[in-house]
Amino acid sequence: MAKFAKKKDGDLPAVSTASLPDIVFMLLFFFMTVTTMKDSSLLVENTLPNATEIKKLEKKDRVIYIYVGRPTQEYQKVFGTEPKIQLNDKFASVEEVGSYILAERAKKPQEIQNVLTTALKVDKDANMGLIADIKQQLREVNALKVNYTTYEGDAFNNLQ
Amino acid sequence: MARNNEIPEVNAGSMADIAFLLLIFFLVTTTIQTDVGIDRKLPPQETTPPLPINERNIFRVSLNKNDELFVEGDVLSIDQLKTSAITFLDNGGSSKEDANHCNYCKGEHRVDSSDNPQEAIIAFNSDREASYGMYIRVQNELTAAYTALRNREAQRMFNMDFVDMEEIYFDVKTSVQTKKKLKTEISQIRNMYPMKLSEAETKFNL
Repeated sequence: MAKFAKKKDGDLPAVSTASLPDIVFMLLFFFMTVTTMKDSSLLVENTLPNATEIKKLEKKDRVIYIYVGRPTQEYQKVFGTEPKIQLNDKFASVEEVGSYILAERAKKPQEIQNVLTTALKVDKDANMGLIADIKQQLREVNALKVNYTTYEGDAFNNLQ
Repeated sequence: MARNNEIPEVNAGSMADIAFLLLIFFLVTTTIQTDVGIDRKLPPQETTPPLPINERNIFRVSLNKNDELFVEGDVLSIDQLKTSAITFLDNGGSSKEDANHCNYCKGEHRVDSSDNPQEAIIAFNSDREASYGMYIRVQNELTAAYTALRNREAQRMFNMDFVDMEEIYFDVKTSVQTKKKLKTEISQIRNMYPMKLSEAETKFNL
């Protein structure tokens, strides 16, 4: 019986962690495929409203984003609490929207310049006056395709 | 000496750490973005002088600064907006002898409501103080009214929902032939119930 040395009782065998990298890589690939890179950090609060009658925004390269909402906590001391427009990484006034759209349009390749969509990411607490001004600006530069970006969900939750 | 020829195994113990590092990097730098929303087309800047439109062909919806909804001058709850919009669009008031008679409308054929869906216009106006959430909700309900009518006709004519038809049409995997067929069908339905949603600054009293 010397050959089969008795194992000490109560000593658990170590769990193999060899498949751990595979699991983590799987998670990694999942996140790489479902998420997109943050292109600009948000300076405004951006709780989008809900809607059910939605269409998907195809082709990310044909979209220009405009964010509207209250400045976030850290900017409230400087910029106040009234809803503001954010273009790229800074706050902007309504008059700058037109030139921003033109500048963004010029950056895109020639063949898609007239099929661009403007996505308005507007906080649900913002008021319509500001949106009406933005829409007027968009009309002036002939950027007529608009998408009011929303979450998918029951629109009746919008007022809470 | 035979054992020395074997290639030693690379220690993969730190692989998990590397993968975790990458995972955390992606978690921090990326966001799950919503890329859905309500599509709208703004009217062009240089507008031709408006054609005179019969008042019965206009469905006036407005929001005041307290987010209250007015339809044709009366307060209306948002739950009823969809049904009353459908009643208006689907009315088909022009008489049978008229060239514009709408033979697929299932409405009440009232003379004081819209003549036919092609002429029916929904005019939506909101106060500057109204909230964006409420605005989207109204837009959502009005779009739902059009979608319901289009779905009904698409079901009747092609045994298919209009939204499904559009979805198949915009799918990249659909073959060119199916797309061609769908395109004519979709435009046919769209012509039956064209979305005429005006947000022009029409002045009227609340």
